[in-house]
Amino acid sequence: MRYLWFLFLLLPLALSPFPFYLTLLNFFAISALVALSLYVLTGLGGMTSFAQAAFMGMGAYATALVTVKGGFSPWLGLLLGLLLSLLLALLLGGLTVRLKGHFLPLSTIAWQVALYILAGNLVGLTGGHTGLTDLPPLVLLGLPLDSAFRYAFLGLFLLVLFILALGNLRRSRLGRALLALRGDALAAASFGVDPAALRLQAFLLAGGMAGLAGFLYAHFLRFVNPTPFSLEASIKYLVMAVAGGVGSIPGVLLGSALFTGLEDWLKDLLPLFLGRQGNYETIAYGLVLAAILILAPKGLWPLLERRLPQGEGRLPQGEGLPETPLEGKRGEVVLEARGLRKAFGGLLAVNNVSLELRRGEILALIGPNGAGKSTTFNLITGAIPPDAGQVFLLGREITGLPPHRIHPLGLGRTFQHPHLFPELSVLENVALGTYARTRAGFPQVLLGLHGQEEARALATAYRALKRVGLEDLALERAERLPAGQQRLLEIARALASGASVLLLDEPGAGLRAGEKRELARLLKSLAREGYTILLVDHDMDLIMGLADRVVVMNYGEKIAEGTPKEVQRDPLVRAAYLGEAA
Amino acid sequence: MDATILGLLLLDGVQNGVIYGLLALAMVLVFAVTRVILVPIGELMMFAPLSFIWLQEGKLPGTLWLALALGVLWALLERGRGRGLPLLGGMGLLLLFLLAQGSPALAYLAALLLVVYLGVATYRVFFQPMREATVLAYLIMAVGLHVAYQGLGLVFFGPEQYRPAPLLPGEVTVGLSWQGVLVLLFALAAVLGLYLFFRLSLFGKALLAAAENRLGARLLGIRPEEAGMVAFAIASFLAGVSGLLLAPLINAAYFMGFMLGLKGFVAAILGGLVSYPVALVGALLVGLFESFTSFYASAYKEALVFLLLVPALFVQSLRARAVEE
Repeated sequence: MRYLWFLFLLLPLALSPFPFYLTLLNFFAISALVALSLYVLTGLGGMTSFAQAAFMGMGAYATALVTVKGGFSPWLGLLLGLLLSLLLALLLGGLTVRLKGHFLPLSTIAWQVALYILAGNLVGLTGGHTGLTDLPPLVLLGLPLDSAFRYAFLGLFLLVLFILALGNLRRSRLGRALLALRGDALAAASFGVDPAALRLQAFLLAGGMAGLAGFLYAHFLRFVNPTPFSLEASIKYLVMAVAGGVGSIPGVLLGSALFTGLEDWLKDLLPLFLGRQGNYETIAYGLVLAAILILAPKGLWPLLERRLPQGEGRLPQGEGLPETPLEGKRGEVVLEARGLRKAFGGLLAVNNVSLELRRGEILALIGPNGAGKSTTFNLITGAIPPDAGQVFLLGREITGLPPHRIHPLGLGRTFQHPHLFPELSVLENVALGTYARTRAGFPQVLLGLHGQEEARALATAYRALKRVGLEDLALERAERLPAGQQRLLEIARALASGASVLLLDEPGAGLRAGEKRELARLLKSLAREGYTILLVDHDMDLIMGLADRVVVMNYGEKIAEGTPKEVQRDPLVRAAYLGEAA
Repeated sequence: MDATILGLLLLDGVQNGVIYGLLALAMVLVFAVTRVILVPIGELMMFAPLSFIWLQEGKLPGTLWLALALGVLWALLERGRGRGLPLLGGMGLLLLFLLAQGSPALAYLAALLLVVYLGVATYRVFFQPMREATVLAYLIMAVGLHVAYQGLGLVFFGPEQYRPAPLLPGEVTVGLSWQGVLVLLFALAAVLGLYLFFRLSLFGKALLAAAENRLGARLLGIRPEEAGMVAFAIASFLAGVSGLLLAPLINAAYFMGFMLGLKGFVAAILGGLVSYPVALVGALLVGLFESFTSFYASAYKEALVFLLLVPALFVQSLRARAVEE
């Protein structure tokens, strides 16, 4: 089915009597390649770049210099061009992927402008604004690609390859992780995704794709000058992607096709309309972009897609990922916090809190609102670093480690407000949990060599869904689930991750009485199987019937610890909860 | 390099630096309150002197019609009494422009008010309907508006550069014109004025509160839309005055605002987009760096400024935690 994309290759044949449209077809293939690079960045990764034209420029100028000035083969030019664009991506990304989301796009604007100025001013190297002329045509298998007809096959073939490769990426652990990062970096990191590293890889992929497009552009026109690599051009590609719908591959292609046609038409029409010459199409780009962002923020494709018949998803079958059996002695300490302390400004949220979690038990952390339970939880999971104190997981110190390093050691968590990814299916949300148990990197995924591992990951996720009783909803979108089932979904995700220590943040909040009983049954049976559970909750009824031991916090300090019966009788606890005089 | 040249470069650097600083202040303010990175600030800045020149020549600038068109949209988006501001403001603006065609003093005021009205209308028409959008979506919108306004600037004013007569002619010493002194004085006054506004006035404090915690501010009865409109008004005012004062020194043309704004950005990024004082210091640094690089490598000065981003981003990157909630 997906190989139907190769039908694109029939387009040059259909358009062969119209040389003008063949030229447009080439521009479509090149623009679509750049716009697809923005699908990786913006659609999947939630970043963006205003420098894709500059990356193109790297590819174009590299091959122009190698072939025109050096007289070498264009394929050497391609190699150098890819290398240069990757280097630029490494520099730009390396400096910004750890920062808040807006620094990356902002710095890409600045670098785009700077490189454009350099291309115009380094006259000795680049020929300045006159550019470099007489690039040799590409020769493939002895056939010179010197006409728009022949060239279109190359451009479209590469485009289809990337459409397929990015389709693979979307249906892989990396695609899920990128989508998760966009929605919620903390949740992604809690399942082993290293946000900075993954963002950087996506940025490199996008830079390389744009560099390749630049190479194609240069050998198509056989002439390079700075104009097509300006900020305006970068924005044009972004407009294409956003207008069509940057969240999906067909959307990006739709936008590229529309705007490649529109651009030409605008260039003819606007000067007539305004009575003078100039780059007036930028006005239209800007206003179209503004209109789309307000009226159809997801682009045009989702509006069309609704009218198309929807394919049914398939439930995974077959074997799951290899399981490590839950072993170790019951009662041994698996998680230990010693003297944890955290202050926010003048507020001491957690002061000298120690606790031990023993294998196979359910330990509840309770306390009134603002007692510091959630902060303690975040200190243990690495979401925030403690000011003092230590945390040990299965004998290893994890104090101050980021969540994506703690998770693979065997700790899975859920969130107080479910951190789900609404546009992913229930099954895919759970499959994110298997990220740290799977290995496929960008090369395998893009080439589609991850199929077996992916099938096993989905099977593992499906089994975890069965465990919590949500298997019937596996193909629903996660946003459709009511609150109670979202909490179960989070537990399934933690189970799919293979972690043996589960930290559940208010799993009972928002559940009806019947759902709470089911939750209690599920947690008890998990503990019997050897899972170890630490949970934070308010609901005394739930906890008293469920927990083996209870730790009570108030004003940031631990005030009591013991079995539910013991703490219920504790005068300090009664005072904290009921305001009785101690 | 001798002492005279050094002096000239320093003066030049400080003069440009304070303008970048004002733009940076405006951008930090708008970002803090609305999460919008105001890329089109450069266009707003250039619209002021260009509209002024058009008025002096007895013509009505196209920016007026743009502002009025956005004003109509703004009025359509409002309900009930909210329509009063855009409608009365638009009519007032039109009247002022008709009166100002002969009078230079009124022309300054008209050009400035035009930019403020346009700035607020831009927020109301383009950004506010996107409420709750991500920083990224706002940024894409801002960049789209930048290219649209720049293109419209070309339509309205053509590609030529214009040099309006300075407000204060003559030079204090060689290399320092009275107009340059005026720029410095305005920068000082603007910084002082902003400080007093935020420290002393209730509305200024409300704006800071809205910047700090939008939900909290809302619960206390501060409407985020209002805070956003005021932030845009202040930013456009700063941009408009800077443009009017700067144009006699560096010329004005439709495309020039973007570079100035971008350097304001670099300054704002040096301050991490959060700190006003660091952004100001960063702006002076950008101005001086630029003035010295233009002495040594003038063709590349515009490109070299962006090199300053490397150490700034690197330092912030080291401080950042990889995961933000």
